Amino acid sequence: MKDQYINRKYLIGSIIIIAAAALLVRLFIIQVVEKTYRLSADNNVLRYVTQYPARGLIYDRNGKLLVYNQAAYDLMVVPAQVTRMDTAEFCRLLGITLPSFRERLRAAKTYSRRASSVFLKMIAAEDYARLQETLFKYPGFYVQPRTLRKYSRPIGAHLLGYVSEVDESLIRKDPYYKSGDYIGKLGIEEAYEKELRGKRGVKIFLMDVYSRVKGSYADGRLDTVAVQGQDIISTLDEDLQEYGELLMRNKTGSIVALEPQTGEVLALVSSPNYDPGLLVGRVRSENFSKLNSDTVFRPLFNRALQASYPPGSTFKPINGLIGLQEKVITPFTMFGCNRGYLFVSCHAHSSPLDLKGGIANSCNSYFCQTFRRILENPVYPSIGDAYMSWKRYLDQFGFGKKLGIELTNELPGLVPSTAYFDKYYGKNRWKALTVISMAIGQGELGTTPLQMANMLAAIANRGYYRVPHIVKSIGNSRPINEKYLKKNIIGIDSTNFESIIAGMEEAVNGTGTARVAALKDITVCGKTGTAQNPHGKDHSVFVAFAPKDHPRIAIAVYVENAGFGATYAAPVASLMIEKYLKGQITNKDMEDRILNLNLIGQ
Amino acid sequence: MTRNASIWARIDKLSVVIFLLMIVMGWLNIYAAVYNEEHTRILDMSQRYGKQFVWIIATLVIAVFAVVTDSRFYFFFAYFIYGGLLLLLVLVLFLGKDINGARSWFQIGSLNLQPTEFAKFGTSLALASYLNARRHDLRKLSVFLTATAIFMLPALLIIMQPDMGSAVVFFALFLVLLREGMSPFVFISGVLMVVLFFFTLIFNNLYLNGGLIILAFAAAWFVVRKWKPVLAGILILIVAILAMTLVNKLIFKSMSDERILFVSALLSGAAYSIYFYSRKALQLLVIYLFLIGSLVFVNSVDFTFNHILKPHQKERIEILLGMKSDLHGTGYNVNQSIISIGSGGFAGKGYLQGTQTKFKFVPAQSTDFIFCTVGEEWGFLGSLFVIALYVVLLLRLIMLAERQRSDFSRIYGYCVISILFIHFFVNIGMASGLLPVIGIPLPFFSYGGSALWGFTILLFIFLRLDASRTEYLV
Repeated sequence: MKDQYINRKYLIGSIIIIAAAALLVRLFIIQVVEKTYRLSADNNVLRYVTQYPARGLIYDRNGKLLVYNQAAYDLMVVPAQVTRMDTAEFCRLLGITLPSFRERLRAAKTYSRRASSVFLKMIAAEDYARLQETLFKYPGFYVQPRTLRKYSRPIGAHLLGYVSEVDESLIRKDPYYKSGDYIGKLGIEEAYEKELRGKRGVKIFLMDVYSRVKGSYADGRLDTVAVQGQDIISTLDEDLQEYGELLMRNKTGSIVALEPQTGEVLALVSSPNYDPGLLVGRVRSENFSKLNSDTVFRPLFNRALQASYPPGSTFKPINGLIGLQEKVITPFTMFGCNRGYLFVSCHAHSSPLDLKGGIANSCNSYFCQTFRRILENPVYPSIGDAYMSWKRYLDQFGFGKKLGIELTNELPGLVPSTAYFDKYYGKNRWKALTVISMAIGQGELGTTPLQMANMLAAIANRGYYRVPHIVKSIGNSRPINEKYLKKNIIGIDSTNFESIIAGMEEAVNGTGTARVAALKDITVCGKTGTAQNPHGKDHSVFVAFAPKDHPRIAIAVYVENAGFGATYAAPVASLMIEKYLKGQITNKDMEDRILNLNLIGQ
Repeated sequence: MTRNASIWARIDKLSVVIFLLMIVMGWLNIYAAVYNEEHTRILDMSQRYGKQFVWIIATLVIAVFAVVTDSRFYFFFAYFIYGGLLLLLVLVLFLGKDINGARSWFQIGSLNLQPTEFAKFGTSLALASYLNARRHDLRKLSVFLTATAIFMLPALLIIMQPDMGSAVVFFALFLVLLREGMSPFVFISGVLMVVLFFFTLIFNNLYLNGGLIILAFAAAWFVVRKWKPVLAGILILIVAILAMTLVNKLIFKSMSDERILFVSALLSGAAYSIYFYSRKALQLLVIYLFLIGSLVFVNSVDFTFNHILKPHQKERIEILLGMKSDLHGTGYNVNQSIISIGSGGFAGKGYLQGTQTKFKFVPAQSTDFIFCTVGEEWGFLGSLFVIALYVVLLLRLIMLAERQRSDFSRIYGYCVISILFIHFFVNIGMASGLLPVIGIPLPFFSYGGSALWGFTILLFIFLRLDASRTEYLV
């Protein structure tokens, strides 16, 4: 019998061929045309695990360790691998509450069920030891080692800065940083972040679908090793810094001590301060906001760099030097003083005085008349030109601008320009007498303690300074920035310094204002000052360097709301100088008096 | 024995070679899919490739038995075999082991057997046996319905397990009916229903209804090749639509646009019917009925989709159609599967080098998603080769079926072709994201004893029938 449907075999055959062709077209599209699947497959299986380098260490100038690392552990969790477990026991082990446990696990799940996320940050090493023994009971949890900063002594918080985790905005700004990275904030940690942080490494692992590590990718050929951060040798003298902080306890103010020849910062104290260990690890953010919200003592505020005071009498040596250089006075120029000059009063002292006596006795009249001669110098066509010439000297001393220490929060202080006075008083409407208060470091002037210490270094060096800096070397060999090695010459002849220095020597060791600062065997040259404070009691200021010949330390001390410079600032400076040069204190009575002094009434 | 020896001489060599090639390639890919460095011994019975090795040895024995059995046995015992397997399908619902929420497996010692896989050749034998006597009557409703019932009955039992995927396979036997004289309209209607089902979910119903009507008019013009009746029809429809719109504005006020269109099409049918009747334009009537049927179907799909399908089935379809993307839930398998295959590129990553495969990103990779391994490690060339093997085998089987003297053998042959074809097409289509996820194995490739044995029996019964095609069965 003939099969009437025999041709339908072609229909069936066609259906098969069409279906196969459809499959081939589809496969051709996803296998040959589309290239994205290859990438998806790579992302599926390769996990890039960051290898965190140890942060560089920080030493003091004598090789004593200031900042080092301690191990800490982040507890990580892969939610998909967490099984039923003894939650109560686990919470007890970690010292967290049950709601906190649930919240953390929920947060991790929200992030990803299969990828790992931080469950508990920065567990201390001793807690980790306890945890490690039982961690096998809790699948899905594992620890990732991290490092935390540790400080050998609770000092130098403002100088050293701290380390914190990078935030979103910074990650957007600097593509180097990734979530979970640490970054230096403030101080050396911030200034030398690039050197300290080292280089992150990466290990590439092959993972399966459950995010389980299956081995290293390409036998580790593409892995990069983490490079440890470079160590920093700071210029700080750990003992001096500690002693300075001790002296300034319960006082508001600051100390800046420099090595004159090099510009190296020996100590930089700002009081009140805080223990740098407070800003480490899990407690960091809590403590930070506590410190930050303390508006009375403002412990985060670095007075040595950020407080701008009128320099007061400590400024007189500068005007003397400029007067000499401009040849409007000589060391032998005598000025009389009748308890003041016009409306600027003065204290009782012998009269008339030469330049040396004027410095030693801090005579207001002497420097008002000197300043008047500087501004009314017939060499200059106008008072404005004379003023600008005077301002140029100040600029050479580093006033009115940032000196350029590594720390980012340095203030420039203020030396007004003629434009300022033109605006304030009207053009040609001001004279030497209008601005006469600047003769004695009052008025519109604003200088930071760092600038004052630098001025002393320049005087001690008889005419030059090197920009103050806090880092001696990076690693063992790499030299620091050129700008810290360069001599900044001041346009004042070195011979002009001698009478000024003689006056400062006289002030401490003779009949002057700062006899309290005198030391046996060490010739301290210093100058007292009182910075006017419109908000309360004046600030006690003292600047000095020692010894007179081949000076090794230049120092500026500010004690706020403490009255005359001789009262508190001079003893503090004296104790610091002796501590640094001799290593011990002879005048125990004075030390006790300062240590026990409480000016902030806590 | 001499007779058996002659059987071996007459068996189709090409089919056997392709069969052997497929099981070897299947095993190699299963080895790759479960491969890990800790277990490399081929006969490691704790690993799937070790077990599959044993299944393959067993399947060769089964193939030999299938061939040496007298072909008349299959003919005479077709219904018994069918009945026995139906019984197993019933029993498995009560005695089966619950795996992933389905009772599809008998556990006999350490061996798991899936009666579904054997029901395929049993049903094929029964269908061939039934149609052998009545094939020229397939246009009779009773014959058509009985034939359909023969393969719908096991499908229904399988749905009850529940295993929708395996049940779908039985629908492929409509291809056999098509070959044996079923009206192509029934077949086209079936295919059209499936296509429309997907279209309904993708496109706006109103546009789809409009499109169908335009298509119907186009078909009408194509059939009668005259403008007048077509334009008249369009005019009638437009009048009906305007009338309905007016009625809606005045009376119902809440009919949707597609409802108006649907009712208008129905109403204008009355006008058409006069024309159909007077001109005896049967073809136009058929087109009209198709149109109405499609409209009814389209408008009921939403209901079916939302109320009858199970959530996971709905989701699979939604993901396939791109209505929803869920890369971690249901879409995960498909997404990972496409990544695996796609990442293979033109030439593949090389044997045992597939990272997707090696690290188990694709679930069920040695069973339903075995094609991922092929695609990833052998690339487009490998895919092409596998597809070519199937196409050659299927076309070869068509050739063999057509040379049978007995209707029984030919019909059985088409059953084999249909079942292998749907497995091949749906499995690779699903792995490459062309079709929704229907969990059925790739014949001769996928891991699993039952499936391998089922397919082997299915194929080798036919090869035996072909080898003895010169003998008379009755």
